[in-house]
Amino acid sequence: MMKHGPGTEDEEEDEDGPFKERLVERQVMRVVGDTIEVDAEGLQYRDLNLIIKQNAWAGRKRFKIFNVFGQRYIGTGVDREVDIEVYGTPGNDLGAFLNGPTIRVFGNAQDGLGNTMNEGLIVIHGHAGDIAGYSIRGGRIFIKEDAGYRVGIHMKEYKEKVPLLVIGGTAQDFLGEYMAGGRLVVLGLTLGPEAHHRANFIGTGMHGGVIYIRGDVADHQVGEGVARAVLDDKDRALLDQVIGEYCRFFGGSKEEVLKASFVKLMPMSSRPYGKIYAY
Amino acid sequence: MPGGKGHIARRNNPYNQDKVSEACGLFGMMSKTGKVFDGTNAIRAITNMHDRGNGLGGGFAAYGIYPEFREYYALHVMYMSKEAKKGTEAFLPEHFKIIAGEEIPHDDKHAPPDPPQLWRYFVAPPREVLNEEPTEQDNYVVQKIMEINTKIEDAYVFSSGKDMGVFKGLGYPEDIGRFFRLHRYKGYIWVVHSRYPTNTQGWWGGAHPFSILDWTVVHNGELSSYGINRRYLEMYGYHCTMHTDSEVMAYAADLLMRKHGLPVNVVASIMAPPFWEQIDRMDEKKRNFHKYIRMTYGSLLMNGPFTIILSHSGEMIGLTDRIRLRPITAATKDDMVYLASEEAAIRVVEPNLDRAWIPMGGEPVVGKLTPKAMEEHEVSGPREAHGRKARGKDL
Amino acid sequence: MKDPGGKKGKTKRVGPPPIKSYLPPEFMIDIDDARCIRCEVCVRQCSYDARYYDAALDRIMTRDENCVNCNRCVVFCPTQATRIRYNPMTYRNNSNWRPEGIRTVLRQAETGGVILTGMGCDRDYRIYFDHLVLNASQVTNPSIDPLREPMELRTYIGRKPDVGEIDLSSGEVGHEYPNLQLEIPVMFSAMSYGSVSLNVHKALAMAAKQVGILWNTGEGGLHPSLYEYGPCTIVQCASGRFGVHSDYLNAGVAVEIKIGQGAKPGIGGHLPGEKVSKDVSETRMIPEGTDALSPAPHHDIYSIEDLAQLIHALKETTDWKRPIGVKIAAVHNSAAIASGIIRAGADYVALDGLRGATGAAPKIIRDNVGIPIELAIASVDHRLREEGIRNRGSIIASGGIRNSADVLKAIALGADAVYIATSALIALGCQVCQRCHTGKCAWGLTTTDPWLTKRLNPEIGKERLVNMLKGWAMEIKEMLGGMGINSIESIRGNRFHLRGVGLTTEELKVLNVRHAGE
Repeated sequence: MMKHGPGTEDEEEDEDGPFKERLVERQVMRVVGDTIEVDAEGLQYRDLNLIIKQNAWAGRKRFKIFNVFGQRYIGTGVDREVDIEVYGTPGNDLGAFLNGPTIRVFGNAQDGLGNTMNEGLIVIHGHAGDIAGYSIRGGRIFIKEDAGYRVGIHMKEYKEKVPLLVIGGTAQDFLGEYMAGGRLVVLGLTLGPEAHHRANFIGTGMHGGVIYIRGDVADHQVGEGVARAVLDDKDRALLDQVIGEYCRFFGGSKEEVLKASFVKLMPMSSRPYGKIYAY
Repeated sequence: MPGGKGHIARRNNPYNQDKVSEACGLFGMMSKTGKVFDGTNAIRAITNMHDRGNGLGGGFAAYGIYPEFREYYALHVMYMSKEAKKGTEAFLPEHFKIIAGEEIPHDDKHAPPDPPQLWRYFVAPPREVLNEEPTEQDNYVVQKIMEINTKIEDAYVFSSGKDMGVFKGLGYPEDIGRFFRLHRYKGYIWVVHSRYPTNTQGWWGGAHPFSILDWTVVHNGELSSYGINRRYLEMYGYHCTMHTDSEVMAYAADLLMRKHGLPVNVVASIMAPPFWEQIDRMDEKKRNFHKYIRMTYGSLLMNGPFTIILSHSGEMIGLTDRIRLRPITAATKDDMVYLASEEAAIRVVEPNLDRAWIPMGGEPVVGKLTPKAMEEHEVSGPREAHGRKARGKDL
Repeated sequence: MKDPGGKKGKTKRVGPPPIKSYLPPEFMIDIDDARCIRCEVCVRQCSYDARYYDAALDRIMTRDENCVNCNRCVVFCPTQATRIRYNPMTYRNNSNWRPEGIRTVLRQAETGGVILTGMGCDRDYRIYFDHLVLNASQVTNPSIDPLREPMELRTYIGRKPDVGEIDLSSGEVGHEYPNLQLEIPVMFSAMSYGSVSLNVHKALAMAAKQVGILWNTGEGGLHPSLYEYGPCTIVQCASGRFGVHSDYLNAGVAVEIKIGQGAKPGIGGHLPGEKVSKDVSETRMIPEGTDALSPAPHHDIYSIEDLAQLIHALKETTDWKRPIGVKIAAVHNSAAIASGIIRAGADYVALDGLRGATGAAPKIIRDNVGIPIELAIASVDHRLREEGIRNRGSIIASGGIRNSADVLKAIALGADAVYIATSALIALGCQVCQRCHTGKCAWGLTTTDPWLTKRLNPEIGKERLVNMLKGWAMEIKEMLGGMGINSIESIRGNRFHLRGVGLTTEELKVLNVRHAGE
């Protein structure tokens, strides 16, 4: 049989080529002052998260994680008020079920950010993917740029917990779907001068909470059962505070941002589907 | 080489499932200027998304890898039995001129368990066919592939394009990449897929990409419309034999783009159309257009969650379903275009991107070779020209 | 006590007195004396002359032999004082000679005629819809929530191109065949004016307009007052060609050639002269009081090429702007017939199954001729695809579509849309007593007697129809969402989402559906 085509060159000794496993001595973790620094390169997410958890339970309060490439569930299960800085691209479900920590990401986040979060703070210096803040019950999330689909889906409120989700740019379809409580703020700062929010089905199924959108959205973009309301003093005070915090994290001028008009969206009823069933 | 333990469907598909559900990870990278590079980075990216697969399938598609055999169709065939090889090797010379045939080089040290025999043949259609339009030659090849896949038991042609190839099998993609020694091939598009089937044990033919001619598709998701997509395509001569829903996407691409000459944005509007309520709000011309498209091609609406990377010579296309139930991130750096299920996978290959973004559902992201690059790689021009002329004959 | 002749007796006896009947009444009317307040509503409501008030006895008296179990009195009695029950005649148990069979022979012996009946086949043939179950998505594919995410039921009926022709530079599209737009894949099936009242037609037309679907005039023409509903009307051209002229043909948005219907495949129709009132006469364009006879075949269609000729004649009359459909009964070689019809140029084929209803048909034909619609859809859809001509026309299925699950299963088997008639009449009050052919419908539906027809208020009728369809539409959306589908195109012909339960291998093969569990 003749040999043709690639892959058939004479065998080299090092035939594994780039796949050859190179064992390199590397320090994964070290203590710098009061901070635990972790080099996450090549680290499985279970190992990475275990390092964070064990040190947090031992009383450490500050963490810096470098070379993050897709590790999931960072911050999950820590349950302490610690401070975690993430450098790189954290994987899905960052801060899932978060209950206390502050996580700051210097990069983009993926899907499932703050999934079912209960308490804590997440700050993303970049964009986020889909279903950020899914079922979030408490705590705050600040995203500097854009976010994906179904952001804030089924956000809730409970007793004194009123979660806050702030998107500096724009979001995609089904924003605040099924929202039951909490505050969702979209600032549109990434939109060019002629560009508009493109999200459709905003607040579809909403039965609690409030959505604030800087700029405007067309009626057909707003889901059924969602009404536009007029902003009152409480709203403005909230926006002032929220945008102030946003600018402290990411820069920019609060006054400039507040100059634009805002749309306030609320549910028409807390029982939007009462009439469709026959008994 | 071990082989021949019976019909694939019976052995590896013990529940006789018509289709297998997919959950997976995918990644694609392309150089718009036609620079060629090996599969190492694709492997690194998919390894990073290891958790999205479960080892029951991995595969690659690479374009521009057979420059010396550019004018010939490179058939990659898997044989589950000795008879299958005999039957196919009797069939091929009757219907093609065979320039070369050999086992696909692989590394036995990194072989997944029990691989079938894997062969490749560089072929050309017989002279009478060569005199016809290029699209007729393509139709001829498609017909012959369908014949092999449906009539010769245990034989499956899993790649059939020019100057490109699919490499896939039952194992994690990084292992498959090692098995096929993909660091020795150089191409300008590399697409890789990691499979997580939920219904069956997985089988060699069920890994992605799925392909026909130089169309390849990798798919994350499940097509709830598979039953009708498949029956519609059967009317046009495409037969689904791979027991996996993703197969219909490759055939749909061939039908719509090659035979019917429709461009990418129209195909996206067929597979992931805007909603009627959005169409009703458009201006009259656009409204009419979308209504016409949906009415004509409604049976190729791809329902259910999907992210796909659809590629052919000269183009790499990323598309998601219209309510974006599956993730995708797109990115660019200089002349490179990246698509992935997770952004982190792209960052592993290129930490400093010019731009990274998440496209809306139903809106395609297209990486295209520059005209100069197309010339260099001898990629034919816009398909519309061929498609339109041949349309009458195809029916 | 019997009151011979009765106050409202309408039948005039002609000829020698009838043979004494050996048939006791089929039903018995019970009246609870304690509850009855002698308001006489039941007497006034009964159109079959089964009750009268005897002033001397101060009691409501009954003529049980006239009762047809239409339940009008039961529903309208303000004190729930009355009830209808089967007359408990006892026959020795006999699986072969059931009471119904015995009664039928007796009646034929007395009358020498063909026994007539109304509505659809009530026999115990297998109902395939009740043996098909639907899929739902879990884990591998998310179900979609129709209350919050879009769910599309819009359907187009008509021929579709095989290849999309688009001028890429201008965005113009190629030749567009005429199509009908439906907001939900359900339409009102043909019920002729004469077999049903004008008020029924009005209610159907108004409901179709509101929901965004179509209704069908049936073979009795289109009453002038309904021309304003033309944009949601399909006009039928049947063998009797009643009321068929070019204005009529252009009044609706499609023309349907009626070859047959599921209730009486192969035979014609007969509207007795008594039902041809002035209005009916004007609409059908025949003299008042004459019988309206629809021949069995169209006398210009004796072979398939004749059908092609008629189809094109209609296309010419409507300037090729309206889809032309053909309605046939589902019979043994429906697949071949449907293929021929599509090749003859029809834009849709309407298949009417064994369970299809009628205003009047011989009982023996209604109950024994034709095949169930489920099997017909499956084989027609399969045959058209095999021949590569499925795009050339739509399939509309009818005959026993009882609820939204039937609709969805019919579509999964391959239909583009369904026609409903019985369920529409039930929504308007019909109790399926099967006495439509008498023209005495107490609910005012299948009659042209003005005293009765006014009992249906078209506005209220429309509300009831719209309500029913609203409920069905929501249910269909829920089921689709459950399957992970958000567009009806993706379930059409998608047999993978169906499974059979308790069906034989042969039946599963014809339906091309797997057994549940596989």
